[in-house]
Amino acid sequence: MTDTQSSQGKGTQGTARLRKSAAQPLLRVTDLERHFPVKGGLLRGNRGAVRAVDGISFSVNPGETLGVVGESGCGKSTMGRLVTRLDEPTGGKVEFEGQDITHLSAGRLRPLRKDIQIIFQDPYSSLNPRHTVGTIVGAPFRLQKVATEHGVKRAVQDLLELCGLNPEHYNRYPHEFSGGQRQRIGIARALALKPKMVVADEPVSALDVSIQAQVVNLLDDLQRELGLTYLIIAHDLSVVRHVSDRVAVMYLGKIVEIADREALYRNPAHPYTNALLSAVPVPDPRRKERRERILLTGDVPSPLNPPSGCRFRTRCWKAQEVCATTEPPLAELAGGHQVACHFPEGQEGSEGQGRPAGEGEPTDAAAAE
Amino acid sequence: MIVEPVTDSVAEGSASFLSVRDLRIHFDTDDGLVKSVDGVSFDLARGKTLGIVGESGSGKSVTSMGIMGLHRSKRARISGEIWLDGQELVAAQPDQVRRLRGRSMAMIFQDPLTAMHPYYTVGAQIIEAYRVHHPEASKKAARTRAIEMLARVGIPQPDRRVDDYPHQFSGGMRQRAMIAMALVNDPSLLIADEPTTALDVTVQAQILDLIRDLQEEFGSAVIIITHDLGVVAELADDIMVMYGGRCVERGPAATLFDNPEHPYTWGLLGSMPRLDRELQDRLVPVKGSPPSLINVPSGCAFHPRCPYAEQTGGRSMTDRPVLAEVTPGHHAACHLPAAERHRIFAEEIAPRL
Repeated sequence: MTDTQSSQGKGTQGTARLRKSAAQPLLRVTDLERHFPVKGGLLRGNRGAVRAVDGISFSVNPGETLGVVGESGCGKSTMGRLVTRLDEPTGGKVEFEGQDITHLSAGRLRPLRKDIQIIFQDPYSSLNPRHTVGTIVGAPFRLQKVATEHGVKRAVQDLLELCGLNPEHYNRYPHEFSGGQRQRIGIARALALKPKMVVADEPVSALDVSIQAQVVNLLDDLQRELGLTYLIIAHDLSVVRHVSDRVAVMYLGKIVEIADREALYRNPAHPYTNALLSAVPVPDPRRKERRERILLTGDVPSPLNPPSGCRFRTRCWKAQEVCATTEPPLAELAGGHQVACHFPEGQEGSEGQGRPAGEGEPTDAAAAE
Repeated sequence: MIVEPVTDSVAEGSASFLSVRDLRIHFDTDDGLVKSVDGVSFDLARGKTLGIVGESGSGKSVTSMGIMGLHRSKRARISGEIWLDGQELVAAQPDQVRRLRGRSMAMIFQDPLTAMHPYYTVGAQIIEAYRVHHPEASKKAARTRAIEMLARVGIPQPDRRVDDYPHQFSGGMRQRAMIAMALVNDPSLLIADEPTTALDVTVQAQILDLIRDLQEEFGSAVIIITHDLGVVAELADDIMVMYGGRCVERGPAATLFDNPEHPYTWGLLGSMPRLDRELQDRLVPVKGSPPSLINVPSGCAFHPRCPYAEQTGGRSMTDRPVLAEVTPGHHAACHLPAAERHRIFAEEIAPRL
């Protein structure tokens, strides 16, 4: 694939990769866009748009976990809301199990809500303080009019138990629970209708370290037990590495790199991924002297008026003229490792070893599992 | 530098710049007495950094606010001693503490959006902080000083940004502005309470570098409070781990990460996924959740969550362990015999980290 590839090219390429992996993807996103119009001025005219999500394509296969990382404002949460259709895209296509759900009406979406659920970031604001746990977790049953074998109460109690909560707490209110327990309530609610796919938007970032690990393990167990597919959005690169099979890195509304976990963390090809990884503080005091940190200067540019060409060029140390004029397409390097950069890192020589060009990485993947 | 375990005799002429002795901060609430901080002691020398680590509710922020003299509610009961540069702060007059606050000791808060006043420009707030302690300074001089500080913390076009309001700054820039405000009077003690928690990793790295550079330049003593062990490893010379309002372990950063003594520290290290290690199949969380500070568990506050509590022959449920020196400078409060702890750590914990 060459540099002249347009955004349509990305779609076909994604499809090619999917055919290779045989199974039909559960979720396929093609050139997804969400622009928020900015109104203002004397005549309330349109003064441009915040390009929160600006043409991203990826797919999620059944049973896998795709992690999405990026700084705040890169559009990862908006993407999560578009995929769950809590918000309507302004362009592109979202397909769930082959069905186009991009512009479905609320009524036609309702049956699909059973299959796609979301876990929110803040366990304090995502639970109604006036409802008991029983009401909160039982709401999906009532809304979807799902009949349960032994009544809703029993089903809810089973769910609470599944998520590591005491089923006797059925009648308690959210304020009686700690942050970690509330997040478990949110998870129980998301799992009530046995969804096929769960979008988790920063599921652990509001929790303490020791509780974080409990919730990460819980998500892991539930995936194994119920065969769930996850789309996990987070800013913590070490958590994403722990939970994901594949990882996508977003910057200013675009995916800049997407690859299998091992490939991405071992051989990050995009300078931005490199910078992100090098910025993660590591709990090892001796490393602080010898590690080389790539310090990015400045802030993320405004999505109202993103830089021309490559969006990362304003902070990139490798930027050249071509970066300002041509937008790099998300091109495949090897084994499903896609990167949008004119000068990807470690491509000569160092990349070849340990990265067999072709399907999957049986050795790495097996070791990781 | 951390010296001596809890000694009641006060080290008045001690070399350390900040010395906290048996600090207790309790709050009288309708539900009962909340023992937020229950007997914490440490020392800190100029130019050194102390990291305080713990989960929410472990008393780390209350400790720092106590040092700053910010617990002025009638319900707060503070006892113990805080010596800052030879001056005792707990018993001092509020007015006396007020004159030190902002000048000798300054604080960087977690959330710069709520810590800054939305109604005043960033410059006005920095100028105010300066002029309160330098009444002789003219407005013009104070403004020059504010611009100089903004430039020092890396804000582009400081002469223009000085007139911006906090909402016009991005999160990272607000945090820089707050650091500028804290440092405008050259404080000799800087307390940073979760300075980077609200920030992205790339910005976090910038801010941590900035704090390190400024400390080298100004030679201040720094206390950094965080729940992120990665952040303390980047900055701290000494680390204090808090649990349930008490210090359970403290020591030099290198030894604490290599040979942690307390099972709670093991738990913290085991529950965080790490980029510098091979991928683990599962994380090893600490079971249960942090204790309520109204009903702190008897004996060792960590015993309900401790996997080794059984091995102390019941002492962990009844006796509160004292903070004892294990190796020079490294203290831990645990009933398990040191040899046994080292064995458990080497055999069971270290391979999983």
